[in-house]
Order: sequence, then C-alpha cells, then structure tokens
Amino acid sequence: MSNANPRAISRRRIVKSGLALAGAQIAGPFVLPARAAQAIKIGLDNPLTGPYAALGKNELTGCQMALDEINAKDGILGRPVELVVEDSTSGDAGVAVLKARKLIDGEGVDFLLGNVNSALSLAMAQVSNEKSILHIVPGGHTDAVTGSSCNWNVFRVCNTTQMEANAVAAALIEQYGKRFYYITADYAFGHTLEAGMVRASAPLGGERVGGDLTPVGTVDFSSYLIKAQGANPDVVLFLLGGDDMLNALKQAVQFGLQNKVHLAGAQQEMEPLEGLAPEARIGVWVMEWYWNQPGVPHVAEFAEATKKRTGRVPTARTWFGYVSVWTCALAAAKANSLKALDMAKALQDFHLPPEIALGPNPAFYRAGQNQLLASLFVGEAQAKGSAPDDFFKVTKVVDGAKVAGTLEESGCKMKWPT
Amino acid sequence: MSQVVLFNVFNGLIVGAFYALMALGLSLILNLSGVINFAHGGFLALGAYLAYTLIPYIGFWGALILAPPLTAVLGLVVEWLLIRPLYGKDPLYSLLLTFGLAYIFEDMTRLIWGAQSVPFQVPGWLMTSLSNQYFFLTGYRVFMMIIVAAAVGGLFAVLKYTRLGMRIRAGTRDLDTVSTLGVNVRVLRSLNFGIGIYMAGLAGVLAAGLLGLSPTIGANLIMPSFVAIIVGGLGSLLGTLIGGLMIGVASGLAAVYFPSATEAVIYVMMALVLLVRPRGLLGEEGRLH
Amino acid sequence: MNAARARGLDVAICLMLLFAPFWMNAIGGYTELATRIVVMGLAAMSLNFLLGFTGVLSFGHAAYFGLGGYGTAMAIKYWGVGSIPAIVLGVIVATIAAMIIGALIIKLRGVYFAMVTIAFGQVFYFIAFRWNAVTGGDDGLTGWRRLPINFGFADLDIVQNDRAFYYFALAIFAVCVAAMAVLLNSPFGRSLIAIRENERRARFLGVPIEFHVWLSFVISCLFVSAAGGLYALLNNFIDPRALRVDLSGNLVIMAVLGGMRSFWGPLIGAAIFVALQDYVSSHTENWMSVIGLVFVLVVRFFPRGVLGMLRTGAKA
Repeated sequence: MSNANPRAISRRRIVKSGLALAGAQIAGPFVLPARAAQAIKIGLDNPLTGPYAALGKNELTGCQMALDEINAKDGILGRPVELVVEDSTSGDAGVAVLKARKLIDGEGVDFLLGNVNSALSLAMAQVSNEKSILHIVPGGHTDAVTGSSCNWNVFRVCNTTQMEANAVAAALIEQYGKRFYYITADYAFGHTLEAGMVRASAPLGGERVGGDLTPVGTVDFSSYLIKAQGANPDVVLFLLGGDDMLNALKQAVQFGLQNKVHLAGAQQEMEPLEGLAPEARIGVWVMEWYWNQPGVPHVAEFAEATKKRTGRVPTARTWFGYVSVWTCALAAAKANSLKALDMAKALQDFHLPPEIALGPNPAFYRAGQNQLLASLFVGEAQAKGSAPDDFFKVTKVVDGAKVAGTLEESGCKMKWPT
Repeated sequence: MSQVVLFNVFNGLIVGAFYALMALGLSLILNLSGVINFAHGGFLALGAYLAYTLIPYIGFWGALILAPPLTAVLGLVVEWLLIRPLYGKDPLYSLLLTFGLAYIFEDMTRLIWGAQSVPFQVPGWLMTSLSNQYFFLTGYRVFMMIIVAAAVGGLFAVLKYTRLGMRIRAGTRDLDTVSTLGVNVRVLRSLNFGIGIYMAGLAGVLAAGLLGLSPTIGANLIMPSFVAIIVGGLGSLLGTLIGGLMIGVASGLAAVYFPSATEAVIYVMMALVLLVRPRGLLGEEGRLH
Repeated sequence: MNAARARGLDVAICLMLLFAPFWMNAIGGYTELATRIVVMGLAAMSLNFLLGFTGVLSFGHAAYFGLGGYGTAMAIKYWGVGSIPAIVLGVIVATIAAMIIGALIIKLRGVYFAMVTIAFGQVFYFIAFRWNAVTGGDDGLTGWRRLPINFGFADLDIVQNDRAFYYFALAIFAVCVAAMAVLLNSPFGRSLIAIRENERRARFLGVPIEFHVWLSFVISCLFVSAAGGLYALLNNFIDPRALRVDLSGNLVIMAVLGGMRSFWGPLIGAAIFVALQDYVSSHTENWMSVIGLVFVLVVRFFPRGVLGMLRTGAKA
C-alpha cells in the first residue's frame, strides 16, 4: 500500500484499519504518503501471555474494533489512528513499566492504555503521570487507581470493587438471607471486594459468619469449602478472580455445595464462565457489562461484529477495550487538542454516546475522580440461555452512579497541574 | 471443629495422592538420570489438553487411556533429541534446558488451544458426592484416588517384578556398573523418562477434571512436586509418595488453622526437613552431591 | 584470554557502557532499556560470583534481588530517605537475610542446594505477597518515587531525566563491579576458584570450604540486592513478582549465555537476553517460545557462552 511506511509495518504489530487505507485511496490521488507519518498512536500495554492472557486479548479485540470504527469516521482530528501493542507479560512490574516507557519515549504514543493487572496499572500510572500522557485503564480493578492513588491524567473504565459490592449486596440479602461466608482471594482485589461487601451489607443486616483468605493460584479449594459449609451460612461468597474463580466453582459444584447453601459473589466475568462445564454455571453475581441486552439499542450490532471477528461473543473486557480507545477519540474531539491536560479537562463528567455506552443507564466519567460510572448487571449464571453463549441471566441492571458512593469515600484527592 | 479437621485430613490425603502422582514421575527421572525436569508441568498440561481434544471422539474413558501414552511418546522424543546429550554434565544444564522447555510448552499450548480456559467434560455420574455427610468425597475424587493408587501400584509392581524395573532400581544406585553388565543404558534412561512423563500426562488428565484447563494449569503444580521429593527423601520413591501425602495433609490442616499459609506451609516443611535431615525422610545417604 | 586481550575487553566494555544512551537510541533502543541492561547485568554478575567462580548453583537469587528492592522501596516510602541511603538499607536487609539463610543451607551442594534456594525464594515471595500492610501485597509497593540526589553543591535530577538516572545506575554498577573484581583477584577469590575446580583437593589444602562458600554466597547476594535496589528505583515500583523463580532462572541463563567462566560474561548475557526479550516481545505474542528456544540452544550448543566461545576461538 502506497501510504504505508514499509519500515513501520515491519517494525511492530501496528494495527491500522483496512478501511482507512481504502478510504484514502478513494479520496483522490493527491493523498500524500506523508500522511501516515502524522498518524496518531495509541499504546496498549496489556498482558498477552500468562494467566491474564485471555482477558488481555479480549480487551485488545475491543480496542481493535473501536480503532476500525474511528478510522472509518476520519480518525482523530482528521488523522488516522494506529494501535501499538506491547505485551506487559505477566512477569514483574519492571517489564510493564519498561514497555510503557518504550511506548511513550520510543514510539511516541499519544495515549497509553493498560493494564489488566491492578499492580501494573498503578506502576504504569506513575509513568504516565510523570510524562503527562493521557492514560486509560480498561480493566485494572484496584480501587486505588481512582481512589487514593488517583491522578489527573488517569481514567478508568471498569468499576471499583466497592461499586460492585454495593450493586449486589442488596439483591443477595433480599433473595437469600443475611449470613455470609467469605472465600476471598488474598490480594488487594479480594480484600477490597470483601471490605466492600461487608460495608454494603451491614446496614441491611448482613452478617459475616466467617471467611477465609485463599492464596492466589490455590489449586484445591476443598478445605475452604468444607469450612464454609460447616459454618452454616445462607450464602457463600466467592470473591475471587480468573482461574481461582473457575477452580473454586468447579469444585463447589462437585461437592454439591449449591444444594446446601447459595453460591454467589461480586464480580463475575464471561471468561471463567466459558471455562466451566454447563452444570457448574451457577450463582448470583454482578457483571460489569453483558452482551445480551434485549431492548437496548446498538448492543446487538456490537455483539454481531465481535462474533464475526473472533467467533465468540464480546465479554466485559471487550467492551472495556472498546470504550478505552473511543474515549481517547471523543476526548480529543471535544477538547480539539491532543494535549493531555486539555483532554483530561474535557473528560470531566463526560457522557459516552449510546453506541459506545452500550447499556441502559448513562455512562460518564465522574468529575474529580475520572471513574466511569455506567451500568452494572446483577444476575445468575446459567447452564443454558435463550441463545448460545448466553451464560448469564440478568435480573437487575443497577445504575453505577447510584452505587458509586461519594467522591470523598473514594479517597481520591485529585491534584491538577498548575 | 474436630469434624472439620478430620474432613480436611481425609481430603488432604486425596489431594496429596494427586501431588504424589506428579512427584513420582519427577522423582523417577531425577533418580536415574539426575535431570530436574522443570518441564514436568508442561507435560501435565499437554496431557490434559490432549485428553480435552480426544474426548469428543473417544469419550472420557478413551481419553484417559490414550492421552498419557501419547504424552509419553512426546516425552521420549524430547528426551532423545534434547536431554540425552546432557547426561553426565553439570545438572545446571538440564535444569536450564527443561526451564526453557517449560516456556515453550506453555506458549505452544496457548498457541494451539488459545488462552481462554476451556471446559473439560467429566462423566456426570462422577461429579456427585457419595454421601451427604462426607460431601467432599465426590465420585471424582474417589475415582482419582483409585487411578492414582492403580498407577502407583503399577509403578511399584513394574519396579519390583519386571526386569526393566530391576534395571531401573539398580541404575539408580550405580549406573556405571549396570552399564558394564551389558544393559543398554541409553534405552533404559529413555524408557525411564517415558514412564515419568506418562505419569505426568495421567496427572494432567486427572487435574483437568478438578481445575480449570488453561495453558498455565501446570505452573502451580510443579513446586509442590519438588517439595514432595525433598521432604520424602531423595532417591526414594516410597519417600516421594509419602512426601506427597504429607504435603496434602499439611495444606489441609493449614487451611483449618492458618488459611493464608496453605502454600507457605509446604515450603516451611521443606526448609525444616532440609535443615534437620537433609536427605529427607527416607532418603539415602550420599545423595547430596 | 591473555592479559592484553582482557584489558582490551575491559576498555571496550567501559566505553560502550559510558556512551550507551547515545548509541542505544541510534540503533532503535531507548535509554531505559540500557538502564535495565545495566541493572540486570549487575544482578547476573553478582550471581556469577557464586555460580561461575565458586561453582555453586543458586536458583533463588531473585529473592535477594527482591529483598534489596523492597528494602529500598520501603525506606523511601516510609522514611523518605534519599536514593543512595535507600539502596544501602535495601542491601543491608538482604545481606542479613543471606547471612542467615546461607548458614542454614551451607551443608548442601549440587541440585539440592539449588532446590533449597528455590524454596527460600518462594518463601520470600509469599511473605511479600501476604504481608499486605507493609509490602502492599500483590499490588506492589507504590506511591513513592526516587528523589533527586542532593550533593550539597548541586542537585542531580534523576527523577525526570532518564539519562541522569542511567549514569547514576552506572555509577553504582561500577562501584559494585570494581569491588567484585578486587575480591576475585584477592587470595580469597583464588580459593573460591580452587573450590570450584576441585572441592576435595581444596579441602585437603586447608581451605575452610563451608566458610568460603558461605561468604561467597553472602557477597553474591549483597551485590544482587544492590541491583534490586536499583531496579526498584528504575521503576519507582516493586512487586512480589520480582522475587519469583522465573527471574532467578533468567539470571542464570544470562550468566551461562554470556559465559560463566569470564568476568564480563554475565553482562554480555544480560545485554543479549534483555534486548532480545524486549525486541521479540514487541513483534510477536509467541516470544516465550523464542526465549525458551534460547535456553535450549544455549545449553545444547553454546554451554560455554559467548565469551567462552570467543576465548576458545582465540586459543585455536
């Protein structure tokens, strides 16, 4: 293709939209090859290998879909957009930080996206803040990102654990009872989720009858499940992530635990559910986004487009990536500038258009916290649904803005550069 | 409380049996060939994925029978091509080689089967509890115990009653003499390696019924195997078996009293054994260097 | 390698390191990559003090690397000390740990020593992971950053200026490396080599084996923890993954790849490994296979490493 710098293509995985190039050809023979040199670059520093690979790749898919749409619509401020992808691996933070610097200093990206891993999100946020680059965190959950460690240039798409807890606590108490047993992953994500659940359920009479902190990567949950059952709760809460969730649920169902107590938890994702046999897909959870939303416009098209691209339905992660890239485009358009400070200011209380929000409630970045407040989907995992891949039955859609707590509670004290 | 303790001890034995299966394969290879197989977890994952791929065609039982030997065949190829040249050299090299192999295996499984966890279908009737009171005694866990017992029993039988087994046992003590007695040591090592990998593959198939099947399934299982070998005693297969069971029980008890320390406890055990009795519980003298 | 060649190599390496930020950018690298190479090079060379010169394999050096890092990070986060005192504190913490653990495991050798070092490495990993309140747990220790260095007459801004930080790291590297060179050339160093060559004979010659190996272990951990402290400063971050066995394995492969028997070998190995990993992981998702392949190829075809091969080539 004429307006592609051959060296640029061979140097790394640069994702350009085929549509953008085709469009350029149609526009006329006077399209200058130099145009490609003016491309806007978005850097994605996410895990593509290791235990978080599945999540990272789904976010990447969402990013690519947004990229295609943006380039089809004339790019950002009239310039084509490229996605530069680096594998943060699942090794130590050093690699993620190194890649962030490589993207910013070496590649000269205009925006930074990442990371699935909460710790790496924080580490990268320090780099992006140092270099004053707009940084969107698609799926790193630790509350500190838009809480005690918040920064003016860092925005987050996924929910805080407190929001998730708030969304599901009431539903659980209503439906099942007040006695909760906690099986919590022993790291920040689990801790904040448990603290959130305790805080959310206490005013409603929720009681913590016992709990265990399980090491991340626990292979056998039977001891914890045995203890849980012995405590005779109404609900056993699984506050785990990724593979831990998968293993725990698989084993709980093998024990027939669901026949004795109710199984539930806060955050659930499609990825673990996809890894479970149908009979193990049980429990009440909250999802941050779900692909099957009858009656909500644009969602079905998004799901179709994803299916065509990957053969599978979009997950919350896909949506995170999609929103992250679109946020960059929309912020630049609103601020009419690529300067991080202008864009960050433009994003305060910024509402996503419905075809990006893809949910029934408004989705906006809360001013002073840079946290996206959208919809949360409370429901039950199910073996079979109305369509293939319909593993979750949504029973209630909660408005994120209503469960977000106050700005003060978040602990974020944002400092703007003078 | 004591009922919980009892449950956990019992359950710990079951899980420990699984660890023992994996550790025995490792131990076999280590004892005869002096090779630390860091890629053991990778072979386990491979066994699991092979079973997953075969199930739609030959069902669970067919996969259980076929996947481990297929894994063993791959193990034989790896041994012949890569590990054989390292015998007699500093153990550093085999450690590094298998370390690199572990990377390659993980990456290749991700490439072939994807990063996303895949659902592994175990026959329904195995998935239920056998009794209401002892609800953790699921059909699957009992089945796992039986398979492990059969495999371990088979292994010890082979070692005790067959000529191959006798040669392996002799070779573990003094490979040079065995060689001068006319035994083809190269073939012996290969077969030994193959048996070890067979056990890894079998452990993989069993693991897939218990855990989520993703490319990193083997990663968390290899360290407990190392510990089982060291605690049980270097050079002693019976020791490894006991070591595996001990780890399972220790983890189970830790879950009752110190839930956060369930993994740490096995390392503490290992450290203690190394300090107090470096050759392990049933280890032989003179195995340290 | 004869003396002139050795001197030539020393000079060449010093020059390359001194001007790294300049020629790195020219060949498509970037300053942080050079800094990372220096840090990893120091870590690998420290490991090699034990591995290549004393002949003892430790597969758990990441534990002391990480301890140095955590010590440094905690010193800055909780006490607000400057960068150099922070590194010193990290080194002290790690060295004390090494002294204790070294004394406990000194009786073992070979693969079993290696296995114990793995075990202790994992123990520290768990401590870092679980002791959330102090170490930040899985989230790592965040919310701090390296401070400019105040020399009294001038401030060295190592915070914003990547190049300045590179030279700071290089300075620490130089001090450590010089110390190691002095030690290796001393009678103590000679007896270490004797132990490597033939432990039994060395014992008959009256060399106190256990004490020497213990000391070598402690010295090796001391310098690796300095590298760990630098690493924490480089990233303004430290997390438990810096203590994991993969990092230990990487350090060993760097030493072997560059040449265990030579002084500068591990630095060369680190440069190749870090640069290769950086380059390959940018171009393909399957970089793990490439790295794994590197391990396999080095062990099978280049066990003496780059410098080892050059040396034999020179002899022939």
